[in-house]
Amino acid sequence: MRNAFADEVTKLASQDARVIMLSGDIGNKLFDNFKKVDERRFYNCGVAEANMMGVAAGMALSGLRPVVYTITPFTTTRCFEQIRVDACYHHVPVTIVGTGSGLSYAELGPTHHSLEDLAILRTLPGMSVLAPCDANELRACMRAALKQDGPVYIRIGKKGEAVVFNEVPALTIGKVAIVRPGSDVALLCAGTLMAETLEAATQLNAQGISTEVVSMHSIKPLDVDYLAAAATRFKLIATIEEHGLIGGLGSAVAEWRSRVNAPVRQLAFGTPDEFMHEVGSQEYARRKYGLTAGDMATAVVNALKG
Amino acid sequence: MGSCLSCVDILTALYFEVLRVDIQNPRAIERDRFILSKGHGAPALFQVLAMRGFYPEAWLDNYGVDGGVFAEHPPTPDHLAGIEAATGSLGHGLPIGLGMALAARVQQQRYKVYAVLSDGECNEGSVWESAMLAASQKVSDLCVVVDFNKWQATGRSEEVLALAPLAEKWRAFGWNAVEVDGHDMNALLDAFARFALGGERPTAIIAHTVKGKGVSFMEDDNNWHYRIPTAEEVAKAKIELGVAA
Repeated sequence: MRNAFADEVTKLASQDARVIMLSGDIGNKLFDNFKKVDERRFYNCGVAEANMMGVAAGMALSGLRPVVYTITPFTTTRCFEQIRVDACYHHVPVTIVGTGSGLSYAELGPTHHSLEDLAILRTLPGMSVLAPCDANELRACMRAALKQDGPVYIRIGKKGEAVVFNEVPALTIGKVAIVRPGSDVALLCAGTLMAETLEAATQLNAQGISTEVVSMHSIKPLDVDYLAAAATRFKLIATIEEHGLIGGLGSAVAEWRSRVNAPVRQLAFGTPDEFMHEVGSQEYARRKYGLTAGDMATAVVNALKG
Repeated sequence: MGSCLSCVDILTALYFEVLRVDIQNPRAIERDRFILSKGHGAPALFQVLAMRGFYPEAWLDNYGVDGGVFAEHPPTPDHLAGIEAATGSLGHGLPIGLGMALAARVQQQRYKVYAVLSDGECNEGSVWESAMLAASQKVSDLCVVVDFNKWQATGRSEEVLALAPLAEKWRAFGWNAVEVDGHDMNALLDAFARFALGGERPTAIIAHTVKGKGVSFMEDDNNWHYRIPTAEEVAKAKIELGVAA
């Protein structure tokens, strides 16, 4: 996704003179092509994210469309108050992109994990919160984000995500994308666990459980029309995210179910309320937290029995 | 009140002599930008904007009234003409102002950006993050004025977090820094004129001020960081300031 992001923002910058890139001293060589489009529209803001976010808001207040990019914890939790006051309170079109989200940087330890970003950014008035599942959906999110009048957060992985969309899909912020239709169970995935989700669906279908797979790329605004229909169509819905169980997609769907008293069960897959203190790869961390295809398929089967 | 009286001379110099603004077209792209980064000086800014003609002075009768726009900190630009950024949380105005100055560069505009910070505000790390980026980018159209009244909310600013030597700090961060008497109009105008000459560095004007300036019983008394004057005190202050009817 990282390379697709760099490529897409370069294309968007070549089409729109308002697009400007701010990086927090990462992406060595990643933005060389962007700089070829217009070097004056690329700023390495250094390891100083609070200032970077304020600068972005100032640019947006002046009519530009800044895209702020660094590793997820540093472009979200590190500078949350700047996002809140400078971007959201002023309601300006700042696009915040966090790379290496969830457990993408598992081996770098909890300082580089991002399992809270969806939760905290979702609380901010006027903020759209997006989690594309592959490179092409990311490109669609970028195009949609830069057409918004307010702030948008896009949570992306690192590299090597499986291809889900063969071309850039039509995408509307706040509307789900149905990746694979089904009729018994719906797996609602936000972001980087889509390959595991699709494999879980394959395993469930093999056991005679017709499974719909949905890319819930918009955590906010939530597609409540889809959810309302899903509540009557499915025996069970499961939310899937490489994010803590507190505050992310699972919580957003649970809040909706509570608000409308929706008659559907929900399973929530995500990480528990803890820091991972041992060393581990992304695959190790996903296994530890039950976020593999096999773990999720088994949990769905057990829930349907219960 | 104390924080307003220490910066009101700076705001007056800016709005009546320095800033290129058009009250008929307050969002004109080529206008100079001013940000009151020390948002708690909002009452002073509200008054100066009214006297400059952005809105009628009578509007200020609604200061602090429920449902109104004149709060203890500036609202967002969409809610009051003349405001460039909603401040109140310290350490935000300079980064936003730097973004505006960099936008001018991209958009090939010639406007200048001014931000008034408090000395207490210089506690915030984001101020120094911003100072370094402004220096590395050689943003010479950016001018910070530090309203150096030597107090912050609960104590002497030097004692809370060691500020001295403040001008030297800004110089060490790659800025031009000058020290002036922040209540001497000619000295302020001279400093702004030197900033306007340009160069390669951003400019910091360290304005030595007195908290509560102009009202004998408020001057350099930090109780007036929070205190609201009684009607009697207001009347007395107006006489001292020469604005009594």
